[in-house]
Amino acid sequence: MKRDAFDIIICGVGGQGIILASNVLCNTAFLESFDVKKSEVHGMAQRGGSVITHVRIGKKIHSPLIEQGNSDIVLAFEKLEALRYIHYLKKNGTAIVNDREIPPMSVLTGAAQYPVNIKGKLKHRGMIYFVDAEKIAFELGNRRTVNIILLGVLSCFLGFKKKSWKTAISKNVKKKFVDLNLAAFNRGASLLTKIDILSFKKKQSR
Amino acid sequence: MKSLLSGNEAVARGAWEAGCNVAATYPGTPSTEILENLIKYPGIYTEWAVNEKVALEVVAGACFAGARVITAMKHVGLNVAADPMFTMAYSGVTAGFVIVTADDPGMWSSQNEQDNRHYGRHAKIPILEPSDSNEAKLFTKLGFEISEKFDTPVLLRLTTRICHSTCLVELGKRKTHKVKGYKKDIKKRLVLPAHARLRHIIVEKRLINLARFSETFPFNKIEWGKKTLGVITSGISYQYAKEAFPNASFLKLSFTYPIPEKLIKRFAHQVKKIIVVEEGDPILETEIKAMGIKVTGKAKIPVCGELTQKIVRESFVRKISTKIKAYKVPARPPVLCPGCPHRGVFYIINKLKLTATGDIGCYTLGALPPLNAIDTCVCMGASVTNAHGLEKALGKDFSKKLVAVIGDSTFFHSGITGLSNAVYNKGNLNLLILDNYTTAMTGHQPHPGTGKLARGEQGKRIPPEDVVKGCGVEFLKIVDPNDLKATEHAIKQALEFDGVAVLIFRRPCALLLKPNPAYFIDPDLCKGCRLCLRIGCPAISLQFPEDREKPLAVIDPTLCFGCGLCAQVCTCGAILAPEKAKKGKK
Ligand SMILES: Cc1ncc(C[n+]2csc(CCOP(=O)(O)OP(=O)(O)O)c2C)c(N)n1
Repeated sequence: MKRDAFDIIICGVGGQGIILASNVLCNTAFLESFDVKKSEVHGMAQRGGSVITHVRIGKKIHSPLIEQGNSDIVLAFEKLEALRYIHYLKKNGTAIVNDREIPPMSVLTGAAQYPVNIKGKLKHRGMIYFVDAEKIAFELGNRRTVNIILLGVLSCFLGFKKKSWKTAISKNVKKKFVDLNLAAFNRGASLLTKIDILSFKKKQSR
Repeated sequence: MKSLLSGNEAVARGAWEAGCNVAATYPGTPSTEILENLIKYPGIYTEWAVNEKVALEVVAGACFAGARVITAMKHVGLNVAADPMFTMAYSGVTAGFVIVTADDPGMWSSQNEQDNRHYGRHAKIPILEPSDSNEAKLFTKLGFEISEKFDTPVLLRLTTRICHSTCLVELGKRKTHKVKGYKKDIKKRLVLPAHARLRHIIVEKRLINLARFSETFPFNKIEWGKKTLGVITSGISYQYAKEAFPNASFLKLSFTYPIPEKLIKRFAHQVKKIIVVEEGDPILETEIKAMGIKVTGKAKIPVCGELTQKIVRESFVRKISTKIKAYKVPARPPVLCPGCPHRGVFYIINKLKLTATGDIGCYTLGALPPLNAIDTCVCMGASVTNAHGLEKALGKDFSKKLVAVIGDSTFFHSGITGLSNAVYNKGNLNLLILDNYTTAMTGHQPHPGTGKLARGEQGKRIPPEDVVKGCGVEFLKIVDPNDLKATEHAIKQALEFDGVAVLIFRRPCALLLKPNPAYFIDPDLCKGCRLCLRIGCPAISLQFPEDREKPLAVIDPTLCFGCGLCAQVCTCGAILAPEKAKKGKK
């Protein structure tokens, strides 16, 4: 399964390590000889605000932004943020959602409610996979590996070579954390069953 | 060799390849990473200046010596640096001089959406507008050459989506530039009226030459497609328009001031209908219309906000009904981090119901609920001066309930002038300097109060208190903002003091430190009174367990920084320090 273009939205909360994850993803795509464009937000939003990064992989890309309703994959680091940006997902697209709730300030102070039944609301938007990356990170002994675990899950849908991912991870994380992050990636990559991926391939080839 | 570079990384790379000798900037989103990346290259002097005017003047001085120089700033930074820029337009250059302006359409991290392409015409200097990282690198290099060829500073205009978008860029080698050395030339550099009058004539002639150059500039280019629709565009808008109208003919402008009139006319003659696609103000559109060419632009495309391929397409083509439903979910604005040292001060300002003029930095977030502690935010430094003005209009009594809040980096940027003004003019200013030892909002750059230099080596530290004393302030205290009692006491003292009072709240930014062990709320002691929620800490939430009558406050141990502020606010003694929490859990 090697397609020639992927549009991927990565969203979550500022500080969750999204910039690093998107750097690794772009680097991997580059190693696979794709044209890549990425657009992200720095500054204010990185202080715990809602964050969205666009990654476009293909033969020749112009705009660094993905249109709503056009993204092949939405990778969400947080459930509410998955709901906020799910309209970027194309019909029958795939969403990978970290099963974690980070309440925004309005919810903490009681001025708003954290949305209920997010799973139910996302279900009809495409193939939705919930992943408990926090639990795996905890098992690995470092909470900061959540981003790479999620990349591992994402890798199942892209068909890039394992070696490319490995090189990209080694290039983007501090030396003493390379092994830990490679382990995290492998854990993420082995989470989905073969059945999940087969059904994804079927949908894609339609 | 190719590498993935953001627009900012590409500008840094381009400057380095061009042999740039000296760079000085002040941080600001979206331009910050330009200097952060220049620092990684050898053979180039880099410094964090205290503000943009200083930065531009520093590189102007280096340029006097024949050094190739660059400065970069966010769009509003150029307002601060406009004064020397306008003069340098008259003075000209001794070697390449590139000024980078990074505009922020959509206001991802800014207070306005000003379109700095206006500055080209206003200051009479040429503008280059890259459309991606590749061009960002290339145009930076060309910028130095054009600057030298025409004896003018060059404005390189970026926008957020150029600065923070990444694509593949071909890397080149560095061509060293030898600093020529200083030669006195007062006719150019000493802008007395007599000299400046002559220079102005030269500037006008230069514009004519630049316009001629614009006609032949290879990156002002036509890409022929169907001739029923012609698109004239520049910068990131080119990319959006290319996706929106893949079959149209394009005139892509890269040297956008002065515009290539002949080229535009030639293009216009050969296409049936012309649209101008530009983000922000109708700058190209106005110029092209003035040439007598009929085009459509801002009548259809929004001036406000940033563009996307979808907005561009749907501005001209009837919308196809593919309405995608977005869920309405609670907003998630940025917040003060857990453990942020600013939090305690805002809690007390709110508690004492003070009016607070604010400033720009992480601490602007103290304006949001539940802290609601800041009333105003105008521009860097304005907290100090706004408070002084409020007092002068309303009288001294008002200053008994009024404080100004400023960060340490902002204080050095433009707070000092306002402070000396207040002392001199017999004000009763109460200035709270939030000294977190860093420029936090833009990603932790050093400043004079930290004493660290751009490349990490030790410089001379200037403690803010020394500056405050030097300004003639008679009431000065240094306080730990995590000690709420001391904070409240000091603020009350300052308010009562007759004259200018300054409090320095000193504690490092939480992101620079390792967290302490997490605090813990004892469910048996928590009465669900919500007092702890008033500090607006992202780690504390209220839960409603079924087996309880009252709600229960809970600390998320993965987010808690262990600062202990909540424990000082809690009147039930339910919030326990880590040591006690351990015992409690047993
Ligand atoms: C003229 C101008 N230059 C730069 C900026 C970008 N900027 C916004 S906040 C900030 C840093 C503020 O640092 P500090 O005052 O130390 O507050 P902190 O963020 O550390 O709380 C900067 C550089 C700006 N808004 N305006």
